[in-house]
Amino acid sequence: MDFINLHIQEIYFVIFCVFIGIEVIANVPAILHTPLMSGANAISGVILVGAIIVMLRVPADDYLNLTLGGIAVFLGTLNISGGFFVTGRMLKMFSPKK
Amino acid sequence: MHAIIEIGYLIATLSFLGGLKFMSSPKNAKTGNLIAAMGMVLAVVLTFIAAVSATVPYINLIIMLLAIAIGTVIGKRVSDKVEMTGMPQLVSLFNATGGGCAMLLGLVEANQMELATVILGNQILLIAGLVTGAVALTGSIIAERKLAGKVKDRRSKTVIISARLLLGLLFLLPVLYFFGIIPIGFTAFMYVLSLIAMIYGVLFVLPIGGADMPVVISLLNSITGIATAFAGFVYGNKAMIAGGIFVGAAGILLTLLMCKAMNRSLMKVLAGTFKKSKNGQVEEEQEIKEISISETALSLSFAQKVAIVPGYGLAVAQAQHICGQLQQLLEKRNVEVNYIIHPVAGRMPGHMNVLLAEANVDYSRLKEMEEGNENMAQYDTVLVIGANDVVNPAAENNPDSPVYGMPIIRTHESKQVIVMKRSMGKGYAGVQNDLFGLDNCSILFGDAKSSLLEIVNQLKLI
Repeated sequence: MDFINLHIQEIYFVIFCVFIGIEVIANVPAILHTPLMSGANAISGVILVGAIIVMLRVPADDYLNLTLGGIAVFLGTLNISGGFFVTGRMLKMFSPKK
Repeated sequence: MHAIIEIGYLIATLSFLGGLKFMSSPKNAKTGNLIAAMGMVLAVVLTFIAAVSATVPYINLIIMLLAIAIGTVIGKRVSDKVEMTGMPQLVSLFNATGGGCAMLLGLVEANQMELATVILGNQILLIAGLVTGAVALTGSIIAERKLAGKVKDRRSKTVIISARLLLGLLFLLPVLYFFGIIPIGFTAFMYVLSLIAMIYGVLFVLPIGGADMPVVISLLNSITGIATAFAGFVYGNKAMIAGGIFVGAAGILLTLLMCKAMNRSLMKVLAGTFKKSKNGQVEEEQEIKEISISETALSLSFAQKVAIVPGYGLAVAQAQHICGQLQQLLEKRNVEVNYIIHPVAGRMPGHMNVLLAEANVDYSRLKEMEEGNENMAQYDTVLVIGANDVVNPAAENNPDSPVYGMPIIRTHESKQVIVMKRSMGKGYAGVQNDLFGLDNCSILFGDAKSSLLEIVNQLKLI
Protein backbone atom coordinates (compact mmCIF):
# COMPACT_ATOMS: atom_id res chain seq x y z
CA MET A 1 0.00 0.00 0.00
CA ASP A 2 2.89 2.32 0.81
CA PHE A 3 4.05 1.69 -2.69
CA ILE A 4 0.78 2.81 -4.26
CA ASN A 5 0.65 5.92 -2.10
CA LEU A 6 4.16 6.81 -3.04
CA HIS A 7 3.86 6.14 -6.75
CA ILE A 8 0.27 6.93 -7.73
CA GLN A 9 1.40 9.89 -9.83
CA GLU A 10 3.87 7.77 -11.72
CA ILE A 11 1.24 5.14 -12.37
CA TYR A 12 -1.02 7.72 -14.01
CA PHE A 13 1.99 9.02 -15.90
CA VAL A 14 2.91 5.58 -17.27
CA ILE A 15 -0.61 4.98 -18.54
CA PHE A 16 -0.69 8.30 -20.37
CA CYS A 17 2.78 7.70 -21.81
CA VAL A 18 1.75 4.33 -23.22
CA PHE A 19 -1.19 5.82 -25.10
CA ILE A 20 0.62 8.93 -26.30
CA GLY A 21 3.65 6.89 -27.33
CA ILE A 22 1.60 4.45 -29.41
CA GLU A 23 -0.34 7.30 -31.00
CA VAL A 24 2.80 9.22 -32.01
CA ILE A 25 4.78 6.22 -33.21
CA ALA A 26 1.94 4.71 -35.23
CA ASN A 27 2.17 7.84 -37.40
CA VAL A 28 5.75 7.18 -38.46
CA PRO A 29 5.81 5.93 -42.09
CA ALA A 30 7.40 2.58 -42.93
CA ILE A 31 10.16 4.33 -44.88
CA LEU A 32 11.54 5.74 -41.62
CA HIS A 33 11.24 2.64 -39.47
CA THR A 34 14.96 1.97 -39.23
CA PRO A 35 15.83 5.52 -38.09
CA LEU A 36 12.83 5.37 -35.75
CA MET A 37 14.22 2.26 -34.18
CA SER A 38 17.75 3.51 -33.78
CA GLY A 39 16.46 6.86 -32.55
CA ALA A 40 14.18 5.15 -30.04
CA ASN A 41 17.12 3.01 -29.03
CA ALA A 42 19.09 6.17 -28.31
CA ILE A 43 16.23 7.56 -26.24
CA SER A 44 16.24 4.42 -24.10
CA GLY A 45 19.77 5.48 -23.23
CA VAL A 46 18.11 7.90 -20.79
CA ILE A 47 18.84 5.06 -18.36
CA LEU A 48 22.16 6.93 -18.07
CA VAL A 49 20.39 9.43 -15.79
CA GLY A 50 19.65 6.54 -13.43
CA ALA A 51 23.24 5.33 -13.64
CA ILE A 52 24.49 8.80 -12.66
CA ILE A 53 22.03 9.03 -9.77
CA VAL A 54 23.20 5.70 -8.41
CA MET A 55 26.85 6.66 -8.80
CA LEU A 56 26.25 9.69 -6.56
CA ARG A 57 25.48 7.46 -3.63
CA VAL A 58 28.27 4.91 -3.91
CA PRO A 59 30.78 5.37 -1.08
CA ALA A 60 34.20 6.48 -2.35
CA ASP A 61 35.91 3.35 -1.01
CA ASP A 62 33.49 0.84 -2.50
CA TYR A 63 35.64 -0.02 -5.48
CA LEU A 64 33.53 -2.91 -6.78
CA ASN A 65 30.41 -0.79 -7.09
CA LEU A 66 32.35 2.21 -8.38
CA THR A 67 33.67 0.02 -11.18
CA LEU A 68 30.27 -1.46 -12.01
CA GLY A 69 28.66 1.98 -11.87
CA GLY A 70 31.41 3.42 -14.07
CA ILE A 71 30.84 0.71 -16.66
CA ALA A 72 27.11 1.41 -16.48
CA VAL A 73 27.70 5.13 -17.13
CA PHE A 74 30.02 4.24 -20.02
CA LEU A 75 27.49 1.85 -21.62
CA GLY A 76 24.65 4.33 -21.19
CA THR A 77 26.68 7.11 -22.82
CA LEU A 78 27.70 4.81 -25.66
CA ASN A 79 24.04 3.97 -26.23
CA ILE A 80 23.05 7.65 -26.38
CA SER A 81 25.94 9.02 -28.39
CA GLY A 82 26.13 6.17 -30.88
CA GLY A 83 22.36 6.01 -31.24
CA PHE A 84 21.81 9.69 -31.98
CA PHE A 85 24.84 10.06 -34.22
CA VAL A 86 23.97 7.08 -36.36
CA THR A 87 20.31 8.13 -36.60
CA GLY A 88 21.44 11.59 -37.70
CA ARG A 89 23.68 10.03 -40.33
CA MET A 90 20.83 7.96 -41.72
CA LEU A 91 18.37 10.83 -41.74
CA LYS A 92 20.80 13.05 -43.58
CA MET A 93 20.46 10.66 -46.50
CA PHE A 94 16.71 11.17 -46.51
CA SER A 95 16.98 14.94 -46.89
CA PRO A 96 15.61 16.23 -50.18
CA LYS A 97 18.33 16.17 -52.83
CA LYS A 98 19.53 19.42 -54.40
CA MET B 1 17.78 24.21 -7.63
CA HIS B 2 15.44 21.27 -7.31
CA ALA B 3 12.76 23.07 -9.30
CA ILE B 4 15.17 23.88 -12.12
CA ILE B 5 16.16 20.24 -12.41
CA GLU B 6 12.53 19.12 -12.47
CA ILE B 7 11.77 21.63 -15.22
CA GLY B 8 14.79 20.33 -17.12
CA TYR B 9 13.46 16.77 -16.94
CA LEU B 10 10.09 18.04 -18.13
CA ILE B 11 11.70 19.70 -21.16
CA ALA B 12 13.68 16.52 -21.85
CA THR B 13 10.49 14.44 -21.74
CA LEU B 14 8.77 16.81 -24.15
CA SER B 15 11.78 16.75 -26.46
CA PHE B 16 11.63 12.94 -26.70
CA LEU B 17 7.98 13.17 -27.60
CA GLY B 18 8.57 16.01 -30.07
CA GLY B 19 11.51 14.17 -31.61
CA LEU B 20 9.39 11.09 -32.25
CA LYS B 21 6.55 13.23 -33.57
CA PHE B 22 8.88 14.88 -36.10
CA MET B 23 9.82 11.41 -37.35
CA SER B 24 6.47 11.20 -39.12
CA SER B 25 7.89 12.89 -42.24
CA PRO B 26 11.28 12.36 -43.88
CA LYS B 27 11.68 16.11 -44.27
CA ASN B 28 11.48 16.91 -40.55
CA ALA B 29 12.96 13.74 -39.16
CA LYS B 30 16.46 15.20 -38.94
CA THR B 31 15.22 18.07 -36.81
CA GLY B 32 13.36 15.57 -34.65
CA ASN B 33 16.50 13.59 -33.99
CA LEU B 34 18.33 16.78 -33.04
CA ILE B 35 15.56 17.85 -30.65
CA ALA B 36 15.54 14.48 -28.91
CA ALA B 37 19.34 14.50 -28.66
CA MET B 38 19.34 18.00 -27.13
CA GLY B 39 16.73 16.92 -24.60
CA MET B 40 18.90 13.98 -23.67
CA VAL B 41 21.99 16.15 -23.21
CA LEU B 42 19.95 18.51 -21.04
CA ALA B 43 18.72 15.66 -18.82
CA VAL B 44 22.23 14.26 -18.40
CA VAL B 45 23.87 17.64 -17.75
CA LEU B 46 21.26 18.59 -15.16
CA THR B 47 21.63 15.28 -13.35
CA PHE B 48 25.35 15.86 -13.33
CA ILE B 49 25.05 19.42 -12.02
CA ALA B 50 22.86 18.11 -9.22
CA ALA B 51 25.72 15.71 -8.49
CA VAL B 52 28.34 18.43 -8.28
CA SER B 53 26.22 20.61 -6.02
CA ALA B 54 25.66 17.72 -3.62
CA THR B 55 28.62 16.52 -1.61
CA VAL B 56 29.83 13.69 -3.77
CA PRO B 57 33.34 12.25 -3.47
CA TYR B 58 35.66 13.45 -6.23
CA ILE B 59 36.55 9.94 -7.27
CA ASN B 60 32.92 9.22 -8.23
CA LEU B 61 32.79 12.39 -10.32
CA ILE B 62 36.05 11.64 -12.08
CA ILE B 63 34.98 8.11 -12.94
CA MET B 64 31.69 9.38 -14.32
CA LEU B 65 33.28 12.14 -16.39
CA LEU B 66 35.82 9.72 -17.84
CA ALA B 67 33.13 7.17 -18.65
CA ILE B 68 30.98 9.80 -20.34
CA ALA B 69 33.88 11.20 -22.37
CA ILE B 70 35.06 7.80 -23.58
CA GLY B 71 31.51 6.65 -24.30
CA THR B 72 30.76 9.73 -26.40
CA VAL B 73 33.92 9.44 -28.47
CA ILE B 74 33.54 5.71 -29.12
CA GLY B 75 29.86 6.14 -29.99
CA LYS B 76 30.68 8.82 -32.54
CA ARG B 77 33.54 6.81 -34.05
CA VAL B 78 31.51 3.63 -34.41
CA SER B 79 28.50 5.42 -35.91
CA ASP B 80 30.70 7.23 -38.43
CA LYS B 81 32.32 4.04 -39.62
CA VAL B 82 29.37 1.66 -39.91
CA GLU B 83 28.18 0.49 -43.34
CA MET B 84 24.46 0.93 -43.95
CA THR B 85 24.14 -2.81 -44.60
CA GLY B 86 25.51 -3.37 -41.10
CA MET B 87 22.93 -1.13 -39.47
CA PRO B 88 20.86 -3.94 -37.92
CA GLN B 89 23.95 -5.32 -36.18
CA LEU B 90 24.88 -1.89 -34.85
CA VAL B 91 21.40 -1.18 -33.53
CA SER B 92 21.48 -4.56 -31.78
CA LEU B 93 24.81 -3.73 -30.21
CA PHE B 94 23.66 -0.32 -28.99
CA ASN B 95 20.59 -2.02 -27.62
CA ALA B 96 22.88 -4.40 -25.74
CA THR B 97 24.68 -1.45 -24.14
CA GLY B 98 21.37 -0.01 -22.93
CA GLY B 99 20.41 -3.36 -21.46
CA GLY B 100 23.82 -3.74 -19.86
CA CYS B 101 23.52 -0.30 -18.30
CA ALA B 102 20.11 -1.21 -16.85
CA MET B 103 21.46 -4.45 -15.42
CA LEU B 104 24.55 -2.91 -13.79
CA LEU B 105 22.44 -0.10 -12.40
CA GLY B 106 20.25 -2.73 -10.74
CA LEU B 107 23.28 -4.45 -9.20
CA VAL B 108 24.78 -1.25 -7.78
CA GLU B 109 21.45 0.07 -6.57
CA ALA B 110 20.72 -3.24 -4.82
CA ASN B 111 23.79 -2.69 -2.71
CA GLN B 112 22.58 0.79 -1.74
CA MET B 113 19.13 -0.53 -0.93
CA GLU B 114 20.49 -3.20 1.36
CA LEU B 115 22.00 -0.50 3.56
CA ALA B 116 18.78 1.50 3.90
CA THR B 117 15.23 0.50 4.68
CA VAL B 118 13.21 0.22 1.49
CA ILE B 119 9.72 -0.72 0.56
CA LEU B 120 9.02 -3.99 -1.14
CA GLY B 121 7.58 -2.35 -4.26
CA ASN B 122 10.87 -0.66 -5.10
CA GLN B 123 12.76 -3.91 -4.70
CA ILE B 124 10.37 -5.65 -7.08
CA LEU B 125 10.78 -2.85 -9.63
CA LEU B 126 14.54 -3.06 -9.31
CA ILE B 127 14.42 -6.81 -9.91
CA ALA B 128 12.20 -6.27 -12.97
CA GLY B 129 14.62 -3.68 -14.36
CA LEU B 130 17.62 -5.89 -13.72
CA VAL B 131 16.11 -8.98 -15.32
CA THR B 132 14.78 -7.20 -18.43
CA GLY B 133 18.09 -5.37 -18.82
CA ALA B 134 20.11 -8.57 -18.58
CA VAL B 135 17.90 -10.39 -21.10
CA ALA B 136 18.20 -7.45 -23.51
CA LEU B 137 21.98 -7.42 -23.04
CA THR B 138 22.77 -11.02 -23.95
CA GLY B 139 19.80 -11.41 -26.31
CA SER B 140 20.96 -8.44 -28.39
CA ILE B 141 24.51 -9.75 -28.53
CA ILE B 142 23.32 -13.11 -29.83
CA ALA B 143 21.03 -11.34 -32.32
CA GLU B 144 24.01 -9.33 -33.54
CA ARG B 145 26.12 -12.47 -33.92
CA LYS B 146 23.31 -14.13 -35.87
CA LEU B 147 22.92 -11.15 -38.19
CA ALA B 148 26.65 -11.28 -38.82
CA GLY B 149 26.23 -14.97 -39.66
CA LYS B 150 28.54 -16.07 -36.85
CA VAL B 151 25.98 -18.00 -34.81
CA LYS B 152 23.68 -20.62 -36.29
CA ASP B 153 20.11 -21.35 -35.25
CA ARG B 154 19.87 -23.95 -32.50
CA ARG B 155 16.44 -25.42 -32.27
CA SER B 156 17.17 -28.51 -30.19
CA LYS B 157 14.76 -29.61 -27.47
CA THR B 158 17.39 -28.96 -24.79
CA VAL B 159 17.70 -25.29 -25.68
CA ILE B 160 13.96 -24.72 -25.77
CA ILE B 161 13.23 -26.62 -22.56
CA SER B 162 16.04 -25.01 -20.59
CA ALA B 163 14.93 -21.58 -21.82
CA ARG B 164 11.43 -22.24 -20.45
CA LEU B 165 12.85 -23.56 -17.17
CA LEU B 166 14.97 -20.44 -16.70
CA LEU B 167 12.03 -18.19 -17.52
CA GLY B 168 10.03 -20.00 -14.83
CA LEU B 169 12.89 -19.55 -12.36
CA LEU B 170 13.02 -15.80 -13.10
CA PHE B 171 9.43 -15.51 -11.91
CA LEU B 172 9.62 -18.08 -9.13
CA LEU B 173 12.85 -17.07 -7.39
CA PRO B 174 11.78 -13.49 -6.49
CA VAL B 175 8.55 -14.85 -4.99
CA LEU B 176 10.49 -17.38 -2.91
CA TYR B 177 12.96 -14.70 -1.90
CA PHE B 178 10.33 -12.29 -0.64
CA PHE B 179 8.69 -15.05 1.40
CA GLY B 180 12.07 -15.42 3.08
CA ILE B 181 12.69 -18.93 1.79
CA ILE B 182 16.03 -18.01 0.19
CA PRO B 183 18.27 -16.82 3.03
CA ILE B 184 20.78 -14.61 1.22
CA GLY B 185 21.33 -10.86 1.08
CA PHE B 186 19.52 -8.75 -1.50
CA THR B 187 22.69 -7.92 -3.42
CA ALA B 188 23.78 -11.53 -3.64
CA PHE B 189 20.30 -12.49 -4.77
CA MET B 190 20.44 -9.87 -7.51
CA TYR B 191 23.76 -11.25 -8.75
CA VAL B 192 22.21 -14.71 -9.01
CA LEU B 193 19.18 -13.36 -10.85
CA SER B 194 21.26 -11.36 -13.32
CA LEU B 195 23.27 -14.47 -14.14
CA ILE B 196 20.14 -16.52 -14.80
CA ALA B 197 18.61 -13.70 -16.86
CA MET B 198 21.75 -13.39 -18.99
CA ILE B 199 21.73 -17.12 -19.75
CA TYR B 200 18.04 -16.89 -20.53
CA GLY B 201 18.70 -14.05 -22.98
CA VAL B 202 21.09 -16.30 -24.93
CA LEU B 203 18.75 -19.28 -24.99
CA PHE B 204 15.80 -17.05 -25.88
CA VAL B 205 17.35 -15.83 -29.13
CA LEU B 206 19.22 -19.01 -30.16
CA PRO B 207 16.25 -20.91 -31.66
CA ILE B 208 14.94 -17.94 -33.65
CA GLY B 209 15.60 -18.03 -37.39
CA GLY B 210 18.20 -15.63 -38.79
CA ALA B 211 15.71 -14.06 -41.17
CA ASP B 212 13.33 -13.36 -38.29
CA MET B 213 15.84 -11.01 -36.72
CA PRO B 214 13.78 -7.88 -37.63
CA VAL B 215 11.16 -9.12 -35.19
CA VAL B 216 13.70 -9.99 -32.53
CA ILE B 217 15.56 -6.68 -32.72
CA SER B 218 12.32 -4.72 -32.38
CA LEU B 219 11.30 -6.90 -29.46
CA LEU B 220 14.64 -6.58 -27.65
CA ASN B 221 14.57 -2.85 -28.28
CA SER B 222 11.23 -2.68 -26.59
CA ILE B 223 12.52 -4.79 -23.67
CA THR B 224 15.35 -2.30 -23.09
CA GLY B 225 12.79 0.49 -23.09
CA ILE B 226 10.76 -1.31 -20.47
CA ALA B 227 13.88 -1.88 -18.37
CA THR B 228 14.52 1.88 -18.50
CA ALA B 229 10.95 2.58 -17.43
CA PHE B 230 11.30 0.21 -14.44
CA ALA B 231 14.45 2.00 -13.34
CA GLY B 232 12.74 5.36 -13.81
CA PHE B 233 10.00 4.17 -11.49
CA VAL B 234 12.51 3.29 -8.79
CA TYR B 235 13.89 6.85 -8.84
CA GLY B 236 10.56 8.53 -9.55
CA ASN B 237 12.27 10.12 -12.55
CA LYS B 238 9.66 11.00 -15.17
CA ALA B 239 12.11 11.59 -18.02
CA MET B 240 13.33 8.01 -17.61
CA ILE B 241 9.82 6.60 -17.36
CA ALA B 242 8.60 8.51 -20.44
CA GLY B 243 11.68 7.69 -22.52
CA GLY B 244 11.47 4.03 -21.58
CA ILE B 245 7.76 3.73 -22.25
CA PHE B 246 8.00 5.45 -25.65
CA VAL B 247 10.74 3.07 -26.69
CA GLY B 248 8.79 0.13 -25.35
CA ALA B 249 5.74 1.21 -27.35
CA ALA B 250 7.78 1.75 -30.53
CA GLY B 251 9.39 -1.67 -30.19
CA ILE B 252 6.15 -3.54 -29.58
CA LEU B 253 4.41 -1.73 -32.43
CA LEU B 254 7.17 -2.57 -34.91
CA THR B 255 7.34 -6.16 -33.64
CA LEU B 256 3.65 -6.73 -34.31
CA LEU B 257 3.90 -4.98 -37.66
CA MET B 258 6.74 -7.27 -38.76
CA CYS B 259 4.86 -10.37 -37.60
CA LYS B 260 1.80 -9.28 -39.55
CA ALA B 261 3.89 -8.68 -42.65
CA MET B 262 5.22 -12.23 -42.40
CA ASN B 263 1.82 -13.66 -41.52
CA ARG B 264 3.20 -15.47 -38.48
CA SER B 265 2.27 -15.04 -34.86
CA LEU B 266 4.87 -13.67 -32.48
CA MET B 267 4.83 -16.95 -30.55
CA LYS B 268 5.63 -18.93 -33.71
CA VAL B 269 8.49 -16.59 -34.60
CA LEU B 270 9.94 -16.91 -31.11
CA ALA B 271 9.67 -20.69 -31.20
CA GLY B 272 11.37 -20.73 -34.60
CA THR B 273 8.61 -22.84 -36.14
CA PHE B 274 7.06 -22.52 -39.59
CA LYS B 275 3.67 -23.31 -40.91
CA LYS B 276 4.09 -26.74 -42.47
CA SER B 277 2.83 -27.22 -45.97
CA LYS B 278 0.09 -29.84 -46.36
CA ASN B 279 1.44 -33.35 -46.76
CA GLY B 280 1.53 -34.90 -50.17
CA GLN B 281 1.70 -31.56 -51.91
CA VAL B 282 3.03 -32.21 -55.37
CA GLU B 283 5.30 -29.61 -56.80
CA GLU B 284 4.06 -28.77 -60.23
CA GLU B 285 6.50 -28.58 -63.06
CA GLN B 286 6.99 -24.96 -64.00
CA GLU B 287 7.73 -23.76 -67.42
CA ILE B 288 10.20 -20.97 -67.01
CA LYS B 289 11.06 -18.34 -69.53
CA GLU B 290 14.57 -17.01 -69.47
CA ILE B 291 15.40 -13.50 -70.55
CA SER B 292 18.77 -12.11 -71.61
CA ILE B 293 20.44 -8.97 -70.37
CA SER B 294 20.01 -7.07 -73.62
CA GLU B 295 16.33 -7.99 -73.76
CA THR B 296 15.92 -6.73 -70.22
CA ALA B 297 17.68 -3.47 -71.03
CA LEU B 298 15.48 -3.02 -74.10
CA SER B 299 12.26 -3.68 -72.31
CA LEU B 300 13.28 -1.27 -69.54
CA SER B 301 14.14 1.51 -71.97
CA PHE B 302 10.85 1.20 -73.86
CA ALA B 303 8.75 1.16 -70.74
CA GLN B 304 7.01 4.22 -69.38
CA LYS B 305 6.66 3.12 -65.81
CA VAL B 306 9.09 0.77 -64.15
CA ALA B 307 8.91 -0.60 -60.64
CA ILE B 308 11.80 -2.19 -58.80
CA VAL B 309 11.02 -4.64 -56.00
CA PRO B 310 14.18 -5.00 -53.92
CA GLY B 311 14.76 -7.78 -51.42
CA TYR B 312 17.56 -8.59 -49.07
CA GLY B 313 19.44 -10.23 -51.94
CA LEU B 314 20.03 -6.72 -53.28
CA ALA B 315 21.76 -5.67 -50.10
CA VAL B 316 23.78 -8.89 -49.91
CA ALA B 317 25.06 -8.25 -53.43
CA GLN B 318 25.80 -4.62 -52.43
CA ALA B 319 23.89 -3.66 -55.54
CA GLN B 320 21.88 -0.72 -54.21
CA HIS B 321 24.24 1.88 -55.75
CA ILE B 322 24.05 0.36 -59.23
CA CYS B 323 20.33 0.21 -58.75
CA GLY B 324 20.38 3.97 -58.14
CA GLN B 325 22.47 4.44 -61.32
CA LEU B 326 20.01 2.37 -63.32
CA GLN B 327 17.21 4.58 -62.07
CA GLN B 328 19.02 7.78 -63.08
CA LEU B 329 19.71 6.43 -66.56
CA LEU B 330 16.09 5.45 -67.04
CA GLU B 331 14.84 8.78 -65.75
CA LYS B 332 16.95 10.53 -68.36
CA ARG B 333 14.89 8.62 -70.91
CA ASN B 334 11.69 9.82 -69.25
CA VAL B 335 10.95 6.46 -67.72
CA GLU B 336 9.31 6.78 -64.32
CA VAL B 337 11.01 4.48 -61.82
CA ASN B 338 9.53 3.63 -58.43
CA TYR B 339 10.61 1.22 -55.75
CA ILE B 340 7.99 -0.92 -54.08
CA ILE B 341 9.22 -2.10 -50.73
CA HIS B 342 7.75 -4.94 -48.71
CA PRO B 343 7.64 -4.30 -44.93
CA VAL B 344 9.99 -7.21 -44.18
CA ALA B 345 12.53 -6.49 -46.92
CA GLY B 346 15.98 -6.19 -45.36
CA ARG B 347 17.18 -7.26 -41.94
CA MET B 348 15.32 -4.74 -39.81
CA PRO B 349 12.13 -2.71 -40.25
CA GLY B 350 12.66 -0.10 -42.97
CA HIS B 351 16.22 -1.29 -43.68
CA MET B 352 15.76 -1.35 -47.46
CA ASN B 353 14.65 2.32 -47.46
CA VAL B 354 17.87 3.34 -45.74
CA LEU B 355 19.98 1.37 -48.22
CA LEU B 356 18.26 3.03 -51.16
CA ALA B 357 18.42 6.48 -49.60
CA GLU B 358 22.16 5.90 -49.28
CA ALA B 359 22.26 5.27 -53.03
CA ASN B 360 20.73 8.73 -53.55
CA VAL B 361 17.25 7.51 -54.34
CA ASP B 362 14.78 10.26 -53.51
CA TYR B 363 12.31 9.17 -50.84
CA SER B 364 9.33 10.19 -52.97
CA ARG B 365 10.28 7.23 -55.21
CA LEU B 366 10.03 4.74 -52.34
CA LYS B 367 6.52 3.32 -52.30
CA GLU B 368 4.97 1.21 -49.60
CA MET B 369 3.41 -2.11 -50.51
CA GLU B 370 -0.24 -0.95 -50.46
CA GLU B 371 0.40 2.01 -52.75
CA GLY B 372 2.43 -0.12 -55.15
CA ASN B 373 -0.28 -2.77 -55.32
CA GLU B 374 -3.00 -0.25 -56.06
CA ASN B 375 -1.18 1.03 -59.16
CA MET B 376 0.35 -2.28 -60.20
CA ALA B 377 -1.51 -2.55 -63.51
CA GLN B 378 0.09 0.70 -64.68
CA TYR B 379 3.62 -0.64 -64.55
CA ASP B 380 5.05 -1.80 -67.86
CA THR B 381 7.98 -3.61 -66.35
CA VAL B 382 8.61 -4.76 -62.80
CA LEU B 383 12.12 -5.75 -61.86
CA VAL B 384 12.34 -8.09 -58.87
CA ILE B 385 15.83 -8.09 -57.40
CA GLY B 386 16.73 -10.55 -54.69
CA ALA B 387 13.19 -11.01 -53.44
CA ASN B 388 11.19 -14.21 -53.64
CA ASP B 389 8.49 -15.09 -51.11
CA VAL B 390 7.14 -11.54 -50.98
CA VAL B 391 6.08 -11.72 -54.63
CA ASN B 392 4.66 -15.27 -54.56
CA PRO B 393 1.02 -15.23 -55.75
CA ALA B 394 0.47 -18.49 -53.87
CA ALA B 395 0.14 -16.33 -50.77
CA GLU B 396 -3.17 -15.13 -52.17
CA ASN B 397 -4.61 -17.99 -54.14
CA ASN B 398 -3.24 -21.26 -52.79
CA PRO B 399 -4.58 -22.07 -49.30
CA ASP B 400 -2.27 -25.10 -49.11
CA SER B 401 0.87 -23.04 -49.43
CA PRO B 402 2.92 -22.30 -46.29
CA VAL B 403 3.08 -18.64 -47.30
CA TYR B 404 -0.71 -18.41 -47.72
CA GLY B 405 -2.11 -15.29 -46.08
CA MET B 406 1.12 -13.32 -46.15
CA PRO B 407 0.62 -9.89 -47.69
CA ILE B 408 2.55 -9.73 -50.98
CA ILE B 409 3.51 -7.28 -53.67
CA ARG B 410 1.25 -8.27 -56.57
CA THR B 411 3.87 -8.01 -59.31
CA HIS B 412 1.98 -10.60 -61.38
CA GLU B 413 -0.69 -7.96 -62.07
CA SER B 414 1.77 -5.79 -63.96
CA LYS B 415 2.39 -6.09 -67.68
CA GLN B 416 5.77 -7.76 -67.42
CA VAL B 417 7.81 -9.10 -64.52
CA ILE B 418 11.53 -9.76 -64.71
CA VAL B 419 12.93 -11.67 -61.76
CA MET B 420 16.66 -11.49 -61.21
CA LYS B 421 17.80 -14.70 -59.59
CA ARG B 422 21.06 -16.39 -58.86
CA SER B 423 19.60 -19.88 -59.40
CA MET B 424 16.30 -21.70 -59.13
CA GLY B 425 16.78 -21.99 -55.36
CA LYS B 426 13.82 -21.44 -53.13
CA GLY B 427 13.11 -18.47 -50.90
CA TYR B 428 13.34 -18.36 -47.16
CA ALA B 429 10.03 -20.17 -46.69
CA GLY B 430 11.30 -22.96 -48.95
CA VAL B 431 8.29 -23.02 -51.27
CA GLN B 432 7.89 -23.01 -55.00
CA ASN B 433 7.10 -19.59 -56.37
CA ASP B 434 4.03 -19.69 -58.63
CA LEU B 435 5.04 -16.36 -60.14
CA PHE B 436 7.86 -17.90 -62.17
CA GLY B 437 5.48 -20.07 -64.17
CA LEU B 438 3.19 -17.21 -65.22
CA ASP B 439 3.06 -15.98 -68.80
CA ASN B 440 4.13 -12.41 -68.04
CA CYS B 441 7.14 -13.47 -65.96
CA SER B 442 10.67 -14.02 -67.21
CA ILE B 443 13.78 -14.83 -65.26
CA LEU B 444 17.18 -13.28 -65.63
CA PHE B 445 19.75 -15.63 -64.14
CA GLY B 446 22.95 -14.37 -62.62
CA ASP B 447 24.41 -12.37 -59.76
CA ALA B 448 22.29 -9.28 -59.07
CA LYS B 449 25.20 -6.86 -59.03
CA SER B 450 26.93 -7.96 -62.24
CA SER B 451 23.63 -8.29 -64.10
CA LEU B 452 22.64 -4.78 -63.08
CA LEU B 453 26.03 -3.48 -64.13
CA GLU B 454 25.65 -5.02 -67.58
CA ILE B 455 22.12 -3.66 -67.93
CA VAL B 456 23.43 -0.20 -67.04
CA ASN B 457 26.21 -0.52 -69.63
CA GLN B 458 23.78 -1.67 -72.32
CA LEU B 459 21.40 1.17 -71.52
CA LYS B 460 24.20 3.66 -72.03
CA LEU B 461 24.65 2.29 -75.55
CA ILE B 462 20.99 2.19 -76.56
